[in-house]
Amino acid sequence: MSASVDAAAATPVPTRRSRGQTLRLYGRRLLRQPIATVGTVIFIIFLLMAVFGPWIAPYGFEEQSIPDRLQSPTLQHPFGTDNFGRDVFSRIIVGARGIFLLGGTGTILAVLMGTTVGLVSGYFGGLLDEILMRLLDVLLSIPSLLLALVLLGTVGPSLINLILVVAVLYIPMIARVVRSMVLDLKTKEFVEAARIRGERDSYVLFREILPNALPPLLVEASMRFSYSIFLVASLGFLGLGVQPPSPDWGLQINEARNYLEGAPWMLAFPALAISMLVVATNLMSDGLRRVLQPGREDS
Amino acid sequence: MLIFIVRRLGFMVITLILASLLIFAATQILPGDVATMVLGRFATEQALDNFREEMGLNRSLIVQYGDWLLNFVQGDWGESLSTRADVRDLVMERLRNSAMLASVAFVMYVPLGIVLGVVAAIRRNSWVDHVISVGSLAFIGLPEFVTGLLLIAVFALRLDWFPSSSAIAPDAAFFERDTLERLVLPALTISLVSLAYIARMTRSSTAEVLSMDYVRTAYLKGLSRSRVIGRHVLRNALLPTVTVVAIGIGWLIGGLIVTESLFSFPGIGRLLLFGIQRRDLPLIQATTMVIVVIFTMANLLADILYGYLNPRIRFR
Amino acid sequence: MAASAETAPGREGRTVLEIEGLSVAYRTEEGDIFPVRDVSLTIAKGESFGLVGESGSGKSTLAMGAIRYLPANGRVTSGRVLLRGEDLLSLSDKEMRNVWGSRIAVVYQSPGNALNPSIRTGNQIAEVARIHLGMSKQEAHQRMLEMLEKVKMPDPESVARRYPHQLSGGMLQRCVVAQAMMTNPELLILDEPTTALDVTTQAVVLDLVAELKQEFDSAILYITHDLGVVARVCDRVGVMYAGEFMEQGGIHDLFKRPLHPYTLNLLGCVPHFSLGPRRKTLNTIPGFIPRLDELPEGCIFAPRCSLAEPECRVAQPPLVRAAEDHLTACRRWPVVPTPAEHMATITADLMQARGAAENRLLEARDVKKYYPVPTQGPFRQDKRKVKSVDGMTVWIDEGRTLGLVGESGSGKTTLARTIIGLVEPTEGTISLRGEILGPTTRSRERDVLRRIQMVFQNPDASLNPRQTVGQSIGRPLTLFGTPRHEVPRRVLELLEAVHLSPSYYHRLPSELSGGEKQRVAIARAFAAEPDLILCDEPIASLDVSVQGSLMNLLTTLQAEKGTSYLFISHDLSAVQHLSDWVCVAYLGYAMEWGDAGDVLNPPYHPYTEALLSAIPIPDPDVIQKNIRLEGSVPSAVDIPSGCRFHTRCPRFIGDICIQEEPPWREGEGDHWIYCHHTFEALVEMQKETLRLADHDHGTPGVEVQV
Ligand code: SF4
Ligand code: SF4
Repeated sequence: MSASVDAAAATPVPTRRSRGQTLRLYGRRLLRQPIATVGTVIFIIFLLMAVFGPWIAPYGFEEQSIPDRLQSPTLQHPFGTDNFGRDVFSRIIVGARGIFLLGGTGTILAVLMGTTVGLVSGYFGGLLDEILMRLLDVLLSIPSLLLALVLLGTVGPSLINLILVVAVLYIPMIARVVRSMVLDLKTKEFVEAARIRGERDSYVLFREILPNALPPLLVEASMRFSYSIFLVASLGFLGLGVQPPSPDWGLQINEARNYLEGAPWMLAFPALAISMLVVATNLMSDGLRRVLQPGREDS
Repeated sequence: MLIFIVRRLGFMVITLILASLLIFAATQILPGDVATMVLGRFATEQALDNFREEMGLNRSLIVQYGDWLLNFVQGDWGESLSTRADVRDLVMERLRNSAMLASVAFVMYVPLGIVLGVVAAIRRNSWVDHVISVGSLAFIGLPEFVTGLLLIAVFALRLDWFPSSSAIAPDAAFFERDTLERLVLPALTISLVSLAYIARMTRSSTAEVLSMDYVRTAYLKGLSRSRVIGRHVLRNALLPTVTVVAIGIGWLIGGLIVTESLFSFPGIGRLLLFGIQRRDLPLIQATTMVIVVIFTMANLLADILYGYLNPRIRFR
Repeated sequence: MAASAETAPGREGRTVLEIEGLSVAYRTEEGDIFPVRDVSLTIAKGESFGLVGESGSGKSTLAMGAIRYLPANGRVTSGRVLLRGEDLLSLSDKEMRNVWGSRIAVVYQSPGNALNPSIRTGNQIAEVARIHLGMSKQEAHQRMLEMLEKVKMPDPESVARRYPHQLSGGMLQRCVVAQAMMTNPELLILDEPTTALDVTTQAVVLDLVAELKQEFDSAILYITHDLGVVARVCDRVGVMYAGEFMEQGGIHDLFKRPLHPYTLNLLGCVPHFSLGPRRKTLNTIPGFIPRLDELPEGCIFAPRCSLAEPECRVAQPPLVRAAEDHLTACRRWPVVPTPAEHMATITADLMQARGAAENRLLEARDVKKYYPVPTQGPFRQDKRKVKSVDGMTVWIDEGRTLGLVGESGSGKTTLARTIIGLVEPTEGTISLRGEILGPTTRSRERDVLRRIQMVFQNPDASLNPRQTVGQSIGRPLTLFGTPRHEVPRRVLELLEAVHLSPSYYHRLPSELSGGEKQRVAIARAFAAEPDLILCDEPIASLDVSVQGSLMNLLTTLQAEKGTSYLFISHDLSAVQHLSDWVCVAYLGYAMEWGDAGDVLNPPYHPYTEALLSAIPIPDPDVIQKNIRLEGSVPSAVDIPSGCRFHTRCPRFIGDICIQEEPPWREGEGDHWIYCHHTFEALVEMQKETLRLADHDHGTPGVEVQV
């Protein structure tokens, strides 16, 4: 053994593969799926719009100009103007911000809380698990739009409330995904090996289990995000979302209802924006699934 | 099997009780002062007191909840604050209309969704599959108010095939030309999302079954493709679809709310929105409870059906 | 391909299947790969041909390509496949469908998945007759019952009415075989049909195959990785390696005098069962099966061949006829050594640097582990218990190995998990050097945890997929107090000790083969410098050639470090090879236990005897007495009364076995048997159990019992 010690000591520890390389591998896998790539690109464009919206938008979203009302698309107003003469294009761009803010924050909150519930429930099991799961079942027994409407109808649709509602709605789904991953991973030999070594629960949970539960969690989160856009827009349409005059796509479409024949662009562009963003997010999460969990069939 | 059903029924009752607690909490505790919420911020102290007295809001919350639940179970759903009508009559009438609309949608999207899903799975990776898969992904992303408005724009305004409003009389008969005509567009609107959802789920369960060893065995027994699919694949692939359809009813309900509002259809979803706008508590509570009961029962039914169709559970 | 096209003499006219120059391609993202290249074979009527190879050898692809059942990205690129002279490759899809199931039948590995879970078993079997024999429903039903009877199915009527999940693995496999034989096919393909089964069940299925050969005259293509199985049921063998045949020949010729270094090596990798206490290192083959997209020039085995010379790497050697019906793809076949010579040069006596014996390290006393029967919710409480381990006592001495043998359901893994504290025993104690340990890992001191480590069965789940090899091995080091700056150096030492190069340090488990993962797992276990390592079937899921080298590794490391092992296995040969002591368990209780030499020599406990006669020994000349266990292991909820083995015991005495618990009888030396039979009676009965052949070349490890 002594000879081998020397040999080993003389051999430098090889340099480790960088994170960049792994990312590049994922990137290459993604590029092999043109549809998912398109989705991701569109998603990123919308994200940029949300971040830099007010600087890109040619007009202020509240800038009314009654003489210019209901103009069809022109060079000045590429998407036309609405019944108050506001620039539809600018309102869409700025509206992206609300969607990302509401849906994004809500989803992130849901992921944080859902992951905690899922980890605890799956790892410790027993009565606690039983109780938590029953409670989630109750949340799931109420259709999500219905629950959102009732909650917002009584507490009022403020920004914070909207975010909280999105979070509450999606906690059960996230928690279930995480829990089932934990249940699966918990019995894996490498986790048992950690327990045999006497690792603390926190180490087992955060170093052994969580990293392996991340891929499905990411996929689930991106799916939830696309549903949240859908939800926020529907709430906006029903008048329980972002309150006017803030720009909101659902609200814009609702306003467009009365001008379907006279000013179809008022409907067309916000509708297009919503559909594109949701579809792009769906395509992206579908691609994400294939990149992060190759070999698994969808859902 | 009996034990299975009894057990599920037990779970359903527990879930429903907890759900009712949640609904009660959301409507009567969360808003803080109910009287202010209903009457508005500028109501006089006197009016608020009267209201509290009338609604029994001065009692402890537990008593209020118990009372409310007991009354609900006994069929006494209270009086609407805004219309003074009996809530139960109102809800039942609208429920009938929504059921009409939902069943038209249901018979449209369930069979079609299954067929599309199965076809996509069988022709995996062909262009048919790509069209169905990407198409369903896109339709899942289209909110009902978008598709609904598009349908109105095309089929009502441009082509004038169907009316753009579905404001039928609340007690209109189902089998009437006018009623049916007015149901087409909203039903179509609701269907698209659910259709896509079912197609996707069916595709993945079928694809999974297709990769099983016993399918290989069936092919190598010399069975024709149609016989393999019909006899060996479908049975097993459609089993999870039962559950999928039940879960999809949740989507259907969401769709109903939006679509009814869009088409001015006098259904339960619109009633709920009306209630919310008027802050009509008894109405909100009753509609919500009714919908939850229906949704839970649909899930229970699916569970039982699944158990009945699946020999593995049947014989456990 | 000099000799391939010719048919062996005396078999003309009887040839059923003739495959000529068959190549199969798969389309992948990196271009086409060819898992099967220019392969030929013939099988005659009533003959069974064993297609042997390790994973990745292309054996299943060859069979599926020949009968035209390839996945969508696969295709046959060249060759001919003749079934009684009819070219299968030129048939239309519809014609091919008429061949499938009527003239060719296939049976696969996992019986549990081969039948449709939602159709009654009988209907599935009868379906074949309705399609291919044009039978009416009643006729088909009748035929199905007849076939079930032919495969020795007890109570065919009721089996036919059941769903697949209500049948045991052995019964399912019989159903599948019955289904395959419905039409008396000309060719029967059996693709690893017993790999998923327990040894005793496997033996029963193999007997069935042998009987079918007598009764029907189908040609059989038997695909397997197990040389022992081939020796038991095949007439001729073809050894495949990376998509080509290395050698083909009659079973006796090939086992007695392999003419290709690969075959020779494969035979050497398998631990041979012997009656004497010979502990030898096993043969190993250096290197790996080449990737299909980087095949070496010339002889594809050259990079791993000890006989290779420069010419071997120039051109691919053809299959040549070395003797009558014996083909080899080695150009140096005349100098390939005999197995005896080969073994003599490559094996060495095992190092025996052992701690003072009789120093008791670990003792598990009267351990019981009961689980509640899974219930269905609050409305049905089942008070019964699953008695997974039902009162077992074992001990392990310092520096020694205890082999724990049993089939699935014997409780061997649960016992190990109890010892290490992963599950809490219902009753009983575990003590280390006389000190009683806490029941779970949580209640044990860190130093106690360090002293007992475990190597698991499934290499794919043993390592955290997100941690590099270095992190996995380094973690126990840091945890048990190696200074941080020392860790990388120690990791490299450990890598070296398990024969992995430093370049593995930063690799992720997904970049390793099964054998390499298991090496890392072993290094991780040794990193804690334990006193005892529990090895739970550590080699069961690996290829034969890798198994040998891992067993060698385990023995060398033990000799160097003086670590004790608890070696759990269902494989008596492997246990015999590694163990000093052996314990045979059945249904959560020990049946026989003692010094390895004593346990594996007569007299045996009737269960040990049955296990022994069930192991397929890779030597066609060995005669094993057929002692078969019927039925399946009873449920651990209702353990049979008296002797728990009485429901299946081939040496069953009578009521005494049902009513009274047998005594523990002590034999000479350290040897106990739990049975109502006396040692003398057992010796008398078991004279004939296992007769190992007396070969002229005297394969080491095989001895004659007088
Ligand atoms: S041909 Fe050469 S390299 Fe190939 S097996 Fe024979 S001796 Fe070895
Ligand atoms: S006691 Fe009886 S049943 Fe048990 S092993 Fe001995 S002979 Fe067989």
